[in-house]
Amino acid sequence: MIRIAGLSRRAGGKTILESIDLEIHRGEIFTFIGPSGSGKTTVLRLIDLLDMPTGGTIMFDGTDTAASDEGVRLSIRRRMAMVFQRPAVLNTTVAGNVAFGLKFRGMEKSEIDSRVPEALDIVGLLHLANRKAVTLSGGEMQRVAIARALVTRPEVLLLDEPTANLDPVNSELIESLILRVNRQFQTTIILSTHDMIQGQRLADRIGVIIDGRIVQVGTTNDIFYQPVGKDIARLVGIDTNLKGMVKTNDRGHAEIDIGDSIFEAITSVSAGQRVALYIRPEEVTLILPDSISCKTSARNHLSGIITKMVQFGPFIRVTVDCGSPLTALITRRSCSELGLAVGTVVIAGVKATAIHVIPDLG
Amino acid sequence: MSEIVSGFFQAINLIVTLNPEVMQIAALSLFISLAASIIAAVISIPLGGLIHFHEFRGKRVLVVLIQTLYSVPTVVVGLVLYLMLSRSGPLGVFGLLFTPEGMVLGQTVLVIPIMTGLVIAALGGVDRNISDTLISLGATGFQTIVQVIREARLAILSAVVLGFGRAISEVGVAMMIGGNIRDATRVLTTAIALQTGIGDFPFSIALGIILLLIALVIVIILNLITSGLSVESQQVLGGPRT
Repeated sequence: MIRIAGLSRRAGGKTILESIDLEIHRGEIFTFIGPSGSGKTTVLRLIDLLDMPTGGTIMFDGTDTAASDEGVRLSIRRRMAMVFQRPAVLNTTVAGNVAFGLKFRGMEKSEIDSRVPEALDIVGLLHLANRKAVTLSGGEMQRVAIARALVTRPEVLLLDEPTANLDPVNSELIESLILRVNRQFQTTIILSTHDMIQGQRLADRIGVIIDGRIVQVGTTNDIFYQPVGKDIARLVGIDTNLKGMVKTNDRGHAEIDIGDSIFEAITSVSAGQRVALYIRPEEVTLILPDSISCKTSARNHLSGIITKMVQFGPFIRVTVDCGSPLTALITRRSCSELGLAVGTVVIAGVKATAIHVIPDLG
Repeated sequence: MSEIVSGFFQAINLIVTLNPEVMQIAALSLFISLAASIIAAVISIPLGGLIHFHEFRGKRVLVVLIQTLYSVPTVVVGLVLYLMLSRSGPLGVFGLLFTPEGMVLGQTVLVIPIMTGLVIAALGGVDRNISDTLISLGATGFQTIVQVIREARLAILSAVVLGFGRAISEVGVAMMIGGNIRDATRVLTTAIALQTGIGDFPFSIALGIILLLIALVIVIILNLITSGLSVESQQVLGGPRT
């Protein structure tokens, strides 16, 4: 549906986006994830034709948008709608705000009068139709902005960090709304977020943007469990990044020497090659050495000392020095039951299938 | 002191009894300044919009120049217009010197910079997100401009009212272009200057009270308008009014 090739954008002598190549399919939820300032908003603005790229092309259903005149760009823009991170409401009623896009399209009043309540109902704000929009809360304003976008029945809905300024309850509301719109109207949704969990929850596919470049595109499984580089791994919450060399590989079952110990992992990388190992913290289990059964179903067991414990919502991130640092994510309850503290000696277990191995290209 | 007190009471009497000459001067003042403000608004709002919505080389310098003209002495405007409108001047053929029409022209010229400057500031006070939102919702360039101006309508209205305040209270242009001719071009400010000069204090005080009442009405209107403005827009117009 949208094909982006060699897209770049420079502003104020600074490169904001560089050589973006991407294809977005009709009906999917595509999520851009990346740290703040990585270029996510810029790429959304370029797709919505709000800004002009300094290089490359964006093809919308086969039409080169950059080479088109303003009339064509306007007609393409009218097939999309964008919701901004900080929603701007106009100084009129909620219903008046939602009607703007329809008025701009010269729609009949009777049609506007039937569509606006419909859109407000979808976002659950029908009861506030006659309220002054500027008096709404942040979450309500964001829902008005979504209704205002939906009322035009866009083929593509662009959402820039739609829950960045919202509390968890409102965030959940907006997320379920996004999924419902996608499923119910088959709307293609392109959104940006720096909330990895949100990206994981919503996306069919994810594009990772770091420093203005797309560094990986794939399914949530690809991005979160098979990152292609250290920066992406760190971005998606993988702290454990070990280097080693494949010692043996017997039909995909490899032994990897990481210096102090040997890891068993499932990989196609052949013996003798240098590799990087990524292990998600929730895949690491911790047990005490004196427990009745020191063995778990994990193939890899490493003894180490806890060096750091950091609160992480309902979990605790525990860093264990096993010669190389390993990070585990465990519940507070488990932590207290095991009596873990900095200095405690533990055994970290990791399944061979939980280790993501990629060739280390230096 | 007693002269002032008795002058004050005589002035009240002139107002209450609707003294024809006082009323005629007040009506002419209102007519000229209102006409000048309306014409200036018709020019300043699109001009301010044109400057705000377009990026061009020297835009900043132009805005600074417009802001500088806020405080241009009215006698300087009067002098320049006098030279233009005098019989030997480039606009002499129109015969506007010493006519109410000439005074309207003069006050229009005087008010345009302040109105244009405040319109630019009012439009600049509209959140950038608003125009992005409008474009994203499928607005054409023209629809975007109209809607942003509508968003800034209260601040723009305040700019027009402030322009009217400057017009009705100025004396330089009215004196030099109008000539303070009785029953023809005599307005509140020029009449006050003249009557004070000849020692007719009750008449001057009566006209002064009317001018103050008009100023009071302007402040009340501004208060009503700005009570509906955002904090940002109030700051553009010189801070919130209480």
